[in-house]
Amino acid sequence: MVALRTKRTNNEADEPSSPVLRFGADKPLKLDAGTLLSPFQIAYKTYGTLNDARSNAILVCHALTGDQHVASTNPVTGKPGWWEVLIGPGKIIDTSRFFVICSNVIGGCLGSTGPASTNPATGKPYGLDLPIITIRDMVRAQLMLVDHFGIEKLFSVLGGSMGGMQVLQWASSFPERVFSALPIATGARHSSQNIAFHEVGRQAVMADPDWHGGKYFEQGKRPEKGLAVARMAAHITYLSEAALHRKFGRNLQDREALTFGFDADFQIESYLRHQGMTFVDRFDANSYLYMTRAMDYFDLAADHGGRLADAFAGTKTRFCLVSFTSDWLFPTEESRSVVHALNAAGASVSFVEIETDRGHDAFLLDEPELFAAINGFIASAARARGLSA
Amino acid sequence: MSVNHAQRVDLEVVADLIPPQSRVLDVGSGDGLLLELLQATKQVDGRGMELSQRGVNECVARGLSVIQGDADKDLKFYPDKGFDFVVLSQTLQATRNPKLVLDELLRIGKHAIVSFPNFGHWRVRLSLFLEGRMPVTKDLPYCWYDTPNIHFCTIRDFVNLCEELGATVEKATALDANGQKIGLSMPWWFWNFFGQQAVFLLKR
Repeated sequence: MVALRTKRTNNEADEPSSPVLRFGADKPLKLDAGTLLSPFQIAYKTYGTLNDARSNAILVCHALTGDQHVASTNPVTGKPGWWEVLIGPGKIIDTSRFFVICSNVIGGCLGSTGPASTNPATGKPYGLDLPIITIRDMVRAQLMLVDHFGIEKLFSVLGGSMGGMQVLQWASSFPERVFSALPIATGARHSSQNIAFHEVGRQAVMADPDWHGGKYFEQGKRPEKGLAVARMAAHITYLSEAALHRKFGRNLQDREALTFGFDADFQIESYLRHQGMTFVDRFDANSYLYMTRAMDYFDLAADHGGRLADAFAGTKTRFCLVSFTSDWLFPTEESRSVVHALNAAGASVSFVEIETDRGHDAFLLDEPELFAAINGFIASAARARGLSA
Repeated sequence: MSVNHAQRVDLEVVADLIPPQSRVLDVGSGDGLLLELLQATKQVDGRGMELSQRGVNECVARGLSVIQGDADKDLKFYPDKGFDFVVLSQTLQATRNPKLVLDELLRIGKHAIVSFPNFGHWRVRLSLFLEGRMPVTKDLPYCWYDTPNIHFCTIRDFVNLCEELGATVEKATALDANGQKIGLSMPWWFWNFFGQQAVFLLKR
């Protein structure tokens, strides 16, 4: 088991089991860090068929630890795609009607160029030699993928959390390429509290002696303990106090009484340890550093002289924002400030706040009101785009 | 926020005032009845703002472009003259600051359409005069202590407010208890007495 885990995620980093698009020296990716990334690659999955007019494409943007396997079995975990409740044949995002694209973000660890990928200059994994990646860099790379398919205008771009940040970036950077946008449980910037949580996670990874300054693969190691702790802390922020109490309360784990020790006496401890342990099996620690940094750096208003409305000036894109009442990572106010900016920009915008105690992660769950909102928005956008039902 | 929809005879009067393909903001859009009517009959580019989250979620699920918002607080985010028409139907009396709201409507819209129940209607006057009680009618079914309607006005009051805000009345219609338009040639006092609802088209 140890030997297996020290390998890069089943070599999904360099040779993913999903399709991959490789860009040579002639097509570098321009990074916000001021350098060019070249060569680089994008691993992606598609579902459904692109119509002749190429007008039925939906780009799905994944969250912090998500991947391209949005609607089919994940090759690393063997679990269903992370948004299969929403996307598939006959589902709300109907893949018998729409052409759904989902790519692993740049900086990720499931096949798009990231810190676990082999640096062609050294023949070793990039590690921290990879420049810092931003949300805008991820979106620029996605644009190259969309261009590869010859899609002039995406029918819709949707995603939650970090995926929602990409949606907002798409709508801001390439408004003419986005017919409709669905940013869910997200914001136009990462708050101080969110940066703080991410910093705790990064410090946990970097404090693990097995991290080796990011060169752990070369040592045949992985900072599993640090990454697990990072995941445990982050996981708490994806839930809510009410949901935790409902699910676990102060229930004890497989025991009748407290043990007066530091074992996982409580169910919540056991649950978090499990979350941490399963996470390290599927995710690269350095990639976690890069992803969290990308979110921290995101501030759409700052890119437009501090005025968020200017990020969307003159936009024709139709927007629908969704937030959840118990999400304390991206509280409703974050979505509302985007809505106000869109109002100021004269944009077409819908905004739904959904009452739930399931916290930030609600966007990944079976939430009927979320599905009703997405369904209504997509249906009316499809009518406006002239897509037949 | 608004009154019973079975009696929303004013909606068709409002819709008649709006030419096809206009950009319309419906403030207090409720369950989206007016927006749906306008989209179906006038192909407008319609947006809604509604206080109740439930109303918003239902509208969005039906494909309408609606956000949750408070007319008293959230109109300031819209740019000047961003819409051809801003509609406030049966909502003015439920706002905390009707003067400010009306001022905002005139700023955001090239035209503003405001409909409201007339508190000068003879039944209302009769109720106060004879019974000495706050009126509870079919159109205004709430008791004084649970009504969302905190700022009633009469047609005369509204016309005065328009003057104060420098708004021009482009068109005004009063509807009687049966939802019929009261003849144009009638003087203000007649409208104020027999009009159960009023619909004003304004600009500034």
